[in-house]
Amino acid sequence: MSETAIRRASLWDFANPTRYLAIAGPAIPWLAGVTALLLAAGLWMSFRAPADYQQGATVLIMFIHVPAAWLSMFCYGVMSVSALGTLVWRHPLADVSLRAAAPVGAVFTLLALVTGSLWGKPMWGAWWVWDARLTSVLVLFIIYLGLLALARAIEDPATAARALAVVTLVGSVNLPIIKFSVNWWNTLHQPASVMRMDGPKMDPAFLYPLLVMALAYTLFFITLHAMNMRNEILRRRIRSMRMNAAREAGGA
Amino acid sequence: MIALFLRELKLASRIGGGALTGLLFFLAVVTVVPFGVGPDLKLLARIGPAMLWTGALLASLLGLDRLFQGEREDGSLDLLLMSEHPIALIVFVKSLAHWVATGLPLVLAAPVFGLMMNMEPVAIAASVATLAVGTPAISFVGAVGAAVTVTLARGGLVIAVLILPLVIPVLIFGVSASYGAVEDPAPFLPPFLILCAITLFFAVLGPLAAGHVLRHAAD
Amino acid sequence: MFGNYAGYIVPAYVLSALALVGLVVWSVLDYRARRSELAELERKGLKRRSQAGADRANG
Repeated sequence: MSETAIRRASLWDFANPTRYLAIAGPAIPWLAGVTALLLAAGLWMSFRAPADYQQGATVLIMFIHVPAAWLSMFCYGVMSVSALGTLVWRHPLADVSLRAAAPVGAVFTLLALVTGSLWGKPMWGAWWVWDARLTSVLVLFIIYLGLLALARAIEDPATAARALAVVTLVGSVNLPIIKFSVNWWNTLHQPASVMRMDGPKMDPAFLYPLLVMALAYTLFFITLHAMNMRNEILRRRIRSMRMNAAREAGGA
Repeated sequence: MIALFLRELKLASRIGGGALTGLLFFLAVVTVVPFGVGPDLKLLARIGPAMLWTGALLASLLGLDRLFQGEREDGSLDLLLMSEHPIALIVFVKSLAHWVATGLPLVLAAPVFGLMMNMEPVAIAASVATLAVGTPAISFVGAVGAAVTVTLARGGLVIAVLILPLVIPVLIFGVSASYGAVEDPAPFLPPFLILCAITLFFAVLGPLAAGHVLRHAAD
Repeated sequence: MFGNYAGYIVPAYVLSALALVGLVVWSVLDYRARRSELAELERKGLKRRSQAGADRANG
């Protein structure tokens, strides 16, 4: 049997944008369908969960807050891997992936912050507290905003790709440092009342809906990411067509 | 390398008073805060170290786009890249010179501002020490932001947003150490040493990352 | 059903729904805009470099 037949599929199969479009096009509706099913299942399970004896009905917010927070970090992870793809492996679609993910990650981070506020006010009496986790997520949000600003500011795609990749990686290297320092700062300035952000130990009645919602959110991101990558590829095609036309017009 | 350092120093001190702008901003912060919180001397002494650090941090961030300003203006980036020295080393030297020109004045002005905030001598000394060790970190990691925006006309604010999250640990440990020297149970040495470690880490990471970006910005 | 917490739970869900739906709508609208822009450019006879090469090869 020839070598090519036994070759395992790899990310390099997607290296060609045309190939990516051909694969992503039919895949996206399926991904969207699975996402919708999971979301429906998750919501149904969430609303059937009993009211938590400590938190009352506000535990419902947990089912959309925690997945948003997980996704904000998962998204940055995807961006970091993409950044490595640009700098180390020079994968042609790595930059496309980073740009497609950045706004989505920013939205998830903001969602985590806002839903967290709405959960915090009835539960712990404050819209915002400077505890380690909230502060770290706020800093992550600022990192996202910086990356988005940078993406808009640099015109040349190649320069922008490298810049975004480097800044994303420097950011990810620093995330443990930031988390550690914020934790340190927070333990020094421990607020008077002890906050228990985790709530009581997770009962399966709450854990299962949470996991399903987390899975639904993850698939939502994957679907959306595939869609956004497709749009970014189209955008680059348009750009190269226009530049080609300008070049030919100039030469004619 | 020494020649490059001295040249950078001379340039940095000359360019439109970049150092002076940072200093003035620092002064502005220290002046405005008492208007905001009231002239209660005990309160000012208590928030003194934090305000010194906040002012110095913001002033440093705003001065970062001067790091590669000369190269941007006369297009000598290519010359820099063709030098026999590794680009990371060149960036390191430039960042160091940038700190001497813009960060060091802030450190030297800190005692005066500390007196204005009615801080104790121990508090002032600790703040100056932490600022002296911590502000270079801002220049080193700020080099990444400056390198990335070297092609932009007004990259200053983008740099600030990009670098701000990364220098938050510097701020946290700088202020922790300053308060540690004043308040009894709070330790001084652990946060101070961590601050030193962060500066050393950024001294390596910053120039490496910035050099990598610059090598291809000129393409 | 929500007790007196409705004022917090409802906005949380509504904002989340708006954000997620908004992301999807934005992506879909962007896709359609790019597609029509591409169609417009192709109609005007613009080609991509690889396509132009193929055309030249085919004569």
